[in-house]
Amino acid sequence: MSNNLNKKFHLAENIFDSPDQVPARNGYGEGVVEAGEADKNVVVLCCDLTESTRNAKFKETFPNRFVEVGIAEQNMAGLAAGMAFSGKIPYMSSYATFNPGRNWDQIRVSICYSMANVKIMGAHAGISVGPDGATHQAMEDIAITRCLPNLTVIVPCDYWETKKAAIAIAGIKSPVYMRFGREKIPVITTDNTPFQIGRADTYREGDDVTVIACGSLVYEALIAAEKLSGDGISVRVINCHTVKPIDEKAIIKAAKETGAIVSAEEHQVHGGLGSAVAEVVAANSPVPMEYVALMDRFGESGEPNELMKKFGLDSKGIIKAVKKVLKRK
Amino acid sequence: MAVTDTQIEYLEDMATHIREDIIIMLEKAGSGHSAGSLGTADIFSTLYFHIMKHDPKNPDWEDRDRFVLSNAHICPVLYATLAEAGYYPKKEITTLRKLGSRLQGHPHKGALPGLEASGGPLAQGLSIAAGMAMAAKMDDKRSKVFCMVGDGEMNEGQIWEALMFIGKNRLHNFTLIVDRNNIQIDGFTEDVMPLEPLKDKLTSFGFHVIEVDGHNIRRLIEAFEETIFEKPKVLLAHTIPGKGVDFMEFKPEWHGKPPNKEEAEKALSELEQLRSLGGKITCEHE
Repeated sequence: MSNNLNKKFHLAENIFDSPDQVPARNGYGEGVVEAGEADKNVVVLCCDLTESTRNAKFKETFPNRFVEVGIAEQNMAGLAAGMAFSGKIPYMSSYATFNPGRNWDQIRVSICYSMANVKIMGAHAGISVGPDGATHQAMEDIAITRCLPNLTVIVPCDYWETKKAAIAIAGIKSPVYMRFGREKIPVITTDNTPFQIGRADTYREGDDVTVIACGSLVYEALIAAEKLSGDGISVRVINCHTVKPIDEKAIIKAAKETGAIVSAEEHQVHGGLGSAVAEVVAANSPVPMEYVALMDRFGESGEPNELMKKFGLDSKGIIKAVKKVLKRK
Repeated sequence: MAVTDTQIEYLEDMATHIREDIIIMLEKAGSGHSAGSLGTADIFSTLYFHIMKHDPKNPDWEDRDRFVLSNAHICPVLYATLAEAGYYPKKEITTLRKLGSRLQGHPHKGALPGLEASGGPLAQGLSIAAGMAMAAKMDDKRSKVFCMVGDGEMNEGQIWEALMFIGKNRLHNFTLIVDRNNIQIDGFTEDVMPLEPLKDKLTSFGFHVIEVDGHNIRRLIEAFEETIFEKPKVLLAHTIPGKGVDFMEFKPEWHGKPPNKEEAEKALSELEQLRSLGGKITCEHE
């Protein structure tokens, strides 16, 4: 157990041992029900994927506030906007490849341009959806949402954070995109871990280099940091769950104090978290950077762990990137 | 309730005002869509000055009826109508499409009071309007939702997604107006991408379909007021693009073009004559 974990975040004690494995989507499913209990205006729209997007419990709890749209993501985006204009807080759900992939134009004009209070839920995000192959592996969704004015983009790191985010987003009166994966992933936070939209959280202190990660790669970053400490390398790990608006202060501080940055995400290298971090670093405090991401290619079928390994989206990939960036420091 | 001749005359006169505003704002803007805007002025007059429950002084009134313009490129007619209704000062119509204007080239919700949605990319408004109707139904509200689509716009797949949804949920508080002017940018709708038999298609999606002359205000009122229990409604409104300005009528080239100064003067004098004749527009579809 590392002494460098930031105590104020009350991370799970078994992170480096055998952490619990729960899909982040379960956190969404429970969070949206809590959001629905807290505010009767919360409604859910879904495109024929109620169970796998974890909306079944909401449907069961609030049958009159659940809207089955059928396989029609473009229509869903417009419906959600119209309902938001009438005072509802719609959560619209499908797989991230389709939502925001297939309905991007609708998200841009019907939702973002009009500041519709719609929560866009991209399930089964990332390459870890596995055997379905490249068509269903959303690896571009952060890029295509991050570029839209008025839209907040959140990539929670595990079950608890997804749950907290699903509840928190009901409280901000603007559109939000949130993505989460299908597979079981380590639970690294706890019920007591503080979460605040827009604030990047420094989970591990370090001086030599900073790994800024989101989603499933936060766990891998912590594992990498532990291993690197054995080599005498002190790694700071930041969970940058809010990709937009990004926490510039935390990034600039990390650049100034550690002098090198590695970004890590389950997403294409172009346009995602790494790009967002690089924009801040280049404009404010240029330091060497390396990217752990999918390197401008499509995925393929395979088991989730096989794919993450093949494409270097794991602690090994992060360690490699850290060593590379340190040589450039 | 029977509509008096005086009421009809008032609405016809209002339609002429709206047409004049359209000509003035498009000439000043130097770009924009003339034909569709002019062709729907009678429908807008009927909706905003007779059918809809709304309050220009309180545009966010929760129980208002809502209108969404899905074929949003003809927004000059909506802007003109909102100005005539008193949603914003009429002098602002000359700022259309200019830097800093609240009258954006395509509507921006939030920029101008009375705009229920942003629009431009076709078909989006229909889904938005359906969402509003669904929300009203969920909350047992009596407010109605009206939405206009262009006929060419019905090429978009999202239109049929939305129609399926409205039909499935039997949104009886919903009225769709199809601006059936038979023309889109590349030519006649039936050549570009045939829509017929449109009435049958819409009926099969669960709608009560009323074919109506889009320039006959009395008939429009009757169609809007026809209630069909537990069914959404479509007014298949036959209109003449450019209606009211002789040299623009049925001319595809006026789809996306504004009048120049000379043409605007000619159009305004035609509309003036129309008004002195008591605003009577002959109804070709009768």
